[in-house]
Amino acid sequence: MNTLIYTACLGLLCLLAEIFNFRKYLIPIVVLGLAVIFSLNLQTWNHPETHFNGMLTDSNFSTAFSGLAIFIMLIILILAGDFYTSSDDEKHISDYMAILVFTLCGALMMFSYANMAMLFLGIETLSISLYVMAGSRRFEVKSNEAGFKYFLMGSFASAFLLFGIALIFGVTGTFSIDGIGAYMRNHADHLDPLFIVGMLLMIFAMLFKVSAAPFHFWAPDVYEGAPSLITALMSTLVKIAAFAAFYKLLSVCFVFAMGKAEIILTVSCAATLLIGNLVALTQDNFKRLLAYSGISHAGYMMLAIISLQGSTDSALFLYSAGYAVASLAAFAIAITVFKATDTESISGFNGLGKKNPLLAAGLTMAMLSLAGIPPFAGFFGKYFIFSEAMRNGYENLVFLAIISSIIGVFYYMKVIVAMYSKPANEFEIKPTFAYQLVIIICIALSIFIGIFPGLFTKLL
Amino acid sequence: MLTLILLLIPLVASILVLFLKGESVKWFSFFASIIQLIFTFYVYSVFQNKEAAKSLLAINIDWITSPKINFNIALDGMSLLMVFLTNLLMPLIVLAGFNRTQERSHIFYSLMMLMQFALIGVFVSFDGFLYYIFWELALIPIYFISLNWGGVNRSTVTLKFFIYTLAGSLLMLFGFLFLYWNTNSHSLSWFDLTVNHICSCKQGFIFWMFFIAYAIKIPLIPFHTWQPDTYSTSPTQGTMLLSGIMLKMGLYSLLRWLLPIIPNGVAEYTPIAIVLCVIGVVYASVIAIMQTDLKKLFAYSSIAHVGLIAAGIFALNMQGIQGGLVQMLAHGINVVGVFYCGDIIINRTGNSNINTLGGIRLLSPRFATYFIIIVLGSVALPLTNSFIGEFMLLFGLFEYNSWLAIVAGLTVILGAVYMLRMYQKVMLGDLNENVTVFEDLKWNEELVLATIAILIFVFGIFPKPILELVEPISTEIFKISFVK
Repeated sequence: MNTLIYTACLGLLCLLAEIFNFRKYLIPIVVLGLAVIFSLNLQTWNHPETHFNGMLTDSNFSTAFSGLAIFIMLIILILAGDFYTSSDDEKHISDYMAILVFTLCGALMMFSYANMAMLFLGIETLSISLYVMAGSRRFEVKSNEAGFKYFLMGSFASAFLLFGIALIFGVTGTFSIDGIGAYMRNHADHLDPLFIVGMLLMIFAMLFKVSAAPFHFWAPDVYEGAPSLITALMSTLVKIAAFAAFYKLLSVCFVFAMGKAEIILTVSCAATLLIGNLVALTQDNFKRLLAYSGISHAGYMMLAIISLQGSTDSALFLYSAGYAVASLAAFAIAITVFKATDTESISGFNGLGKKNPLLAAGLTMAMLSLAGIPPFAGFFGKYFIFSEAMRNGYENLVFLAIISSIIGVFYYMKVIVAMYSKPANEFEIKPTFAYQLVIIICIALSIFIGIFPGLFTKLL
Repeated sequence: MLTLILLLIPLVASILVLFLKGESVKWFSFFASIIQLIFTFYVYSVFQNKEAAKSLLAINIDWITSPKINFNIALDGMSLLMVFLTNLLMPLIVLAGFNRTQERSHIFYSLMMLMQFALIGVFVSFDGFLYYIFWELALIPIYFISLNWGGVNRSTVTLKFFIYTLAGSLLMLFGFLFLYWNTNSHSLSWFDLTVNHICSCKQGFIFWMFFIAYAIKIPLIPFHTWQPDTYSTSPTQGTMLLSGIMLKMGLYSLLRWLLPIIPNGVAEYTPIAIVLCVIGVVYASVIAIMQTDLKKLFAYSSIAHVGLIAAGIFALNMQGIQGGLVQMLAHGINVVGVFYCGDIIINRTGNSNINTLGGIRLLSPRFATYFIIIVLGSVALPLTNSFIGEFMLLFGLFEYNSWLAIVAGLTVILGAVYMLRMYQKVMLGDLNENVTVFEDLKWNEELVLATIAILIFVFGIFPKPILELVEPISTEIFKISFVK
């Protein structure tokens, strides 16, 4: 809970920067503040507590995911310093910072909610901040389109979520997830149809938020149109927050009712895997490529959602961490390259291997990690998710996931091939110190998790 | 502990070499690989002393507790043979590059030694998961070696190679996951998997997961299409690594991770596998006869040779298994020599078409001598190293089915046809007008070729140490794998 309160205070501090005019120092202050919050967050480890009359609970699950989310935001903010450099950006920097920190607040609520109201509040805080940030490049048509599209589709999904919560409240008479869980356990063999309908509506809403097929159509357009840094945020923090909330929802409230939803989730998972990977093959825009790759990763993470037993929560966490560090490294490099080449297509990476070996090596490792090749974190995440799914008897789904990983390798290798075997373009490229730092940290972490995955597999 | 050091020397060397520049890169790599070779001999001497060997050579520590994965490395006769092959060829492969200039050579040699690390890892791992990681890791350096330093059309060819082999390995990953959760021991340790077999009703399915992965790597018909292009596109040293050592990963894995783990599945599908191998042997030989491109010819001849090894292994008898192991070593040495000779010719004449070459013997008689020794070695003339292996393989195959042995035995005749015809067209006869100058051998080239020629004779005349090394383990594998 303290983590959430401190983060909210940090967000308010950002707004004060506008009034007291210390915008220049804002980013270092926020980065420092988040680092402090990160260490404070660790203190809640193994101290499960309930706050605000059962609205929020700290658990190891929430602590672990909160730590990951704060880390991601920290990286995003370090990148933000050299991303928002135009005069228009500098004027609004305090707004941007505040909104970003409030996005994190939303995510923290989604990890530690113990009440449907808090879940909804968390999702809305997260989403509304993102609607604004996606459209924050006011003079770019694509950014406006992204913000608007995301807003329309997102509010539609929120309505589904609310309707689902309302139906479930109607049946169980409580918003508390433990209460709903108790109802589900007591009535496991004769669940009220309205409960089922409510559950399905909530599942649909969550599928939208994690951009799983067939609710994925918003993702590529929004990812492409939003400023690259916000795309990085959406493809990491937002996806992970949505998955953690989804996992908690299903494992606490609906685990015995899963029989009714299993077929839907299975079909959606299979479709997500295939659509994500197959459509990504045809993409030329790097951000769209990562959007579709993100959709396919949602498919792998859905394997954990479907299996739900055993240590799938640890597997989900490991996967999220591996996916996040690889994606952040990829985005840090992509932003540098976009700036230098003025294009977002994959051909912008041509010849990077000769121009700047550090960036090329970093992007290579990020791509290999995303493709799930050892010894990087991405491989171990995939392995444990597959292993848990196999343990719970979803062999066919795992087989499909393996086939789609093979397809996935094609488009990740496309980027690598462009870097090493195509002639170089005419451009000057100089990554700033902050970007180099982020790239090195993320790649080092990816390898570290790859060598010591044992630290994470029994974590939760 | 010794095994761990054996594993770590190339890794450390591959990191250190990144800090060097210029000529020192090659010398450093060469000395690192020589040290590794000397150390291998030391490990071999320890291994001979069986009692002391067990505690010195095996390491088994928990790496991940859930799911249970151990860092389990050890050495037995089979592993040691493959490690020996790797470390024996590595100095030769490094030496082969001494008179070539490469862009960013420190990265090139770093990748080579990373590859050596991964290969040794594959051969000494006794935990399925660890083995899988090294197996995948071996793919990455060779991919980048071929992508960055390869010839024409390299991006398409190497992508095909990468996707092909990765597809195979992912199927194998599925197989391992399936084994883990469907055996009683819930472990991927080789020692558990060889005792607790998975229910025989599921073995047939698992067989294909593993078999396809290995068939792509070896490569067997019809999974071979990546190989000729990749061999001819890769830089020579990459081709030497690929053909000499990397494809042995597939053959070694047949013996280590397929036969003993799922004996019933193997017994059920052996007829199909062995027929595929034998078809491959004949098919590749016939194609090799039709080839006019030197590198392609060698690539197809390699498919024919490894097809025979795989067929012998699938014959599931002592002679086949033992012959397979002996022949792996012999083929590794010969194929490296053959590709190096091919490279010397192509590099000097700028021409790889055997019809437009000729008479090189007149210009460089010493090269001609080395080349004929290597050619005779690879056609399995008695007293050369492949003779014993190929004889045992055919003998094993004959015990399995005499007709198959007769068909597979054609490879000896066909092999002689294409290799000798190639030699005749390229080296003998009158000087072709395209070949006017042929520089004599450089010292490093001569050293590599002389070493290979000596090895061909040494193992041909005196194969006893190798046979003794592989005999106990062949017996063990045979006992575990044989289903009555």
